[in-house]
Amino acid sequence: MKINFDTPINIEVEHIARVEGHGNIQIRIEDNKLAECTWEVVETPRFFEVMMKGLSIEMAPLLAARICGICSISHALVCARAAERALQIEIPETAKKVRLLAKHAETLQSHTLHLFFLVAPDFLNTGSVIPIAKTHPQVFEIATSLKGFANRASDLIAGRTSHPMVIKVGGMTQVPRKRQLRNLLDELEKTLPYLWETLDFFRDLTWPDFVRETEFVSLRGEGDYPFIGGDLLSSDGVRKSEDEYLSMTNEYLVDFSTSKLCKLSRDSLAVGALARLNNNYQGLHPKAKVVAETLNLKPPAHNPYFHNLAQLVECFHVMYESKDMLAELIDSDNSEYAASYEVKACQGVGAIEAPRGILYHYLQIDEAGVIERADCVIPTGQNHANIHFDLQELVPELAAKGMGEQEISKRAQMLVRAYDPCISCSVH
Amino acid sequence: MNYLGIALEKPKVGVFGFTGCEGCQLQIANKEETLADLLGSIEVMNFRLISSDKHDGYDIAFVEGSITTDDEVARLKKIRDQAKILVAMGACACLGGVNNLRERFKLTDTVKEVYGTHPVDTGPVRKVADVVSVDIELPGCPISKPEFEWLVKHLILGLEPQFPQYSVCVECKQRMNTCVFDMGMICLGPVTRAGCNAVCPHNHLGCWGCRGPSDEANYESLLQIIEERGFSEEKLAERAHFFNAFSGIAALPILERSEN
Repeated sequence: MKINFDTPINIEVEHIARVEGHGNIQIRIEDNKLAECTWEVVETPRFFEVMMKGLSIEMAPLLAARICGICSISHALVCARAAERALQIEIPETAKKVRLLAKHAETLQSHTLHLFFLVAPDFLNTGSVIPIAKTHPQVFEIATSLKGFANRASDLIAGRTSHPMVIKVGGMTQVPRKRQLRNLLDELEKTLPYLWETLDFFRDLTWPDFVRETEFVSLRGEGDYPFIGGDLLSSDGVRKSEDEYLSMTNEYLVDFSTSKLCKLSRDSLAVGALARLNNNYQGLHPKAKVVAETLNLKPPAHNPYFHNLAQLVECFHVMYESKDMLAELIDSDNSEYAASYEVKACQGVGAIEAPRGILYHYLQIDEAGVIERADCVIPTGQNHANIHFDLQELVPELAAKGMGEQEISKRAQMLVRAYDPCISCSVH
Repeated sequence: MNYLGIALEKPKVGVFGFTGCEGCQLQIANKEETLADLLGSIEVMNFRLISSDKHDGYDIAFVEGSITTDDEVARLKKIRDQAKILVAMGACACLGGVNNLRERFKLTDTVKEVYGTHPVDTGPVRKVADVVSVDIELPGCPISKPEFEWLVKHLILGLEPQFPQYSVCVECKQRMNTCVFDMGMICLGPVTRAGCNAVCPHNHLGCWGCRGPSDEANYESLLQIIEERGFSEEKLAERAHFFNAFSGIAALPILERSEN
């Protein structure tokens, strides 16, 4: 692409801030051409697939949680699910409901952290949320009220906000008592007004106008908006079973990333809130649909910055669905929350919608229940290539509009941030 | 900021992540009810996870994660040079943490299993104190935010923090939890340093020792309980070495290394 822009541009962002993990942006425009435009992932590898080997199956969800400090509930859950599908364990209904509640609390925590602490500073022209506490106390109050509620819900349901202890192979180690569920429901209802104030704040922001047609991958809903298990779907029409996750991810290595990258029908794909919304819009909670309509967010939306708006819509979905589920749990018999099981040599796959997108774990265990092989495909690992190719289209567009280094750098960083990358997760 | 009528200076704070999950850093942004107070009592110089403002020079540097590459060694040394007090934060920084589980395998085999023949920058797992001098170790996987606040208060006031010397069992009994041994589970509470408020046993999961050994831990007595309750040495070993908290404790069984 000829850019028609005389001043050379040289942007190096080392360890981009307000994202989880370590990544760099390298952009060079020389002689009216894009000489370099790379999303570099420089996170140090941890080798969780190797760490898993030789451990007992009951340790797996606890170790898997340590892949990510933010979405540890998802990692523990998907790992337990992989083990349960391998061992053909049917977990009790109560465990299923409580697990989804824990996931919703995590999604709310993760999305509000991202929207208010990591994204909002770009729009309020500050480096972080810290000055916002003073300059926009009402925004800070909304942020801490919502995130605080999400964290207290995680504490109650999962035991803790990071690295939960209650998720075990077969179900849960314990579930909240009815009195605790009633208190949580009360607190949820008191928190709802803050959620609507969030909409007022984000609706008024002007989002960058950039569109690149993308293949979106998520779980496949059947009139619902799924988070835990089921078939896999791409917006280009690929449909696979949970067990066939490898044919949805097609991991490959490049020299500018310590994370593996993924692709399906095109050079890259995207997962996350926008992928879920695009693929399963009909299954959104009615209140969340109202919010999507208010934001004019309709599938298929191909502006990557709208990941943020889709996250906001999902905050409504998880809050209102949690409200309904809490009411159900208060009225149901919750005495059975774990199934017993016998170990045997087997293998299994789990798929789950983590806050940042679809997450897969695979486990192979021997006849004594010891892990022989593990595989994890992380949402951000699936998004990296899309971020990279988005940048290659975005930067020349911005340069052609006459933007300078500073503005291009900001837009490029905002683009990376829009995906809410969890880089350390992706280089597990 | 005032304490007993004395004006206190805000310490300049840096927060840094190395090889880990960033969960400890995340805890700092949690406990929302006191977050504004915490952020108001310190001057954040560098905290990449939540801020793009970057300045050098720290009174206190909090360091999360294990150290696994030469690049990380260089970055850590630079932080050490600029910090008056360096705090290793969380199990990965203090002990090596779960990262140490891969030390059971040869590094070349480990790299091959995940990356094939693709070159990747990595190395042995080191805790922060293996690379630079550490002034304070803030334990846990993840750290507890109340304990983080407690530590910051001590450092602002110039007081030496005294972490509990006793074991998790003390806090567990104070919470009147049913002993998880009585629920048929194995637990390292008897030999692990308290300060977590027995959060795992309280949630019906035996302790995993993420905070490291308590003072004068009675391993013989733990081994006796393990034997009486019919747990195998292998089960004890994989639990005791999950966070690398008890390496070098001769009384405890070791976790097998791969022969491959």
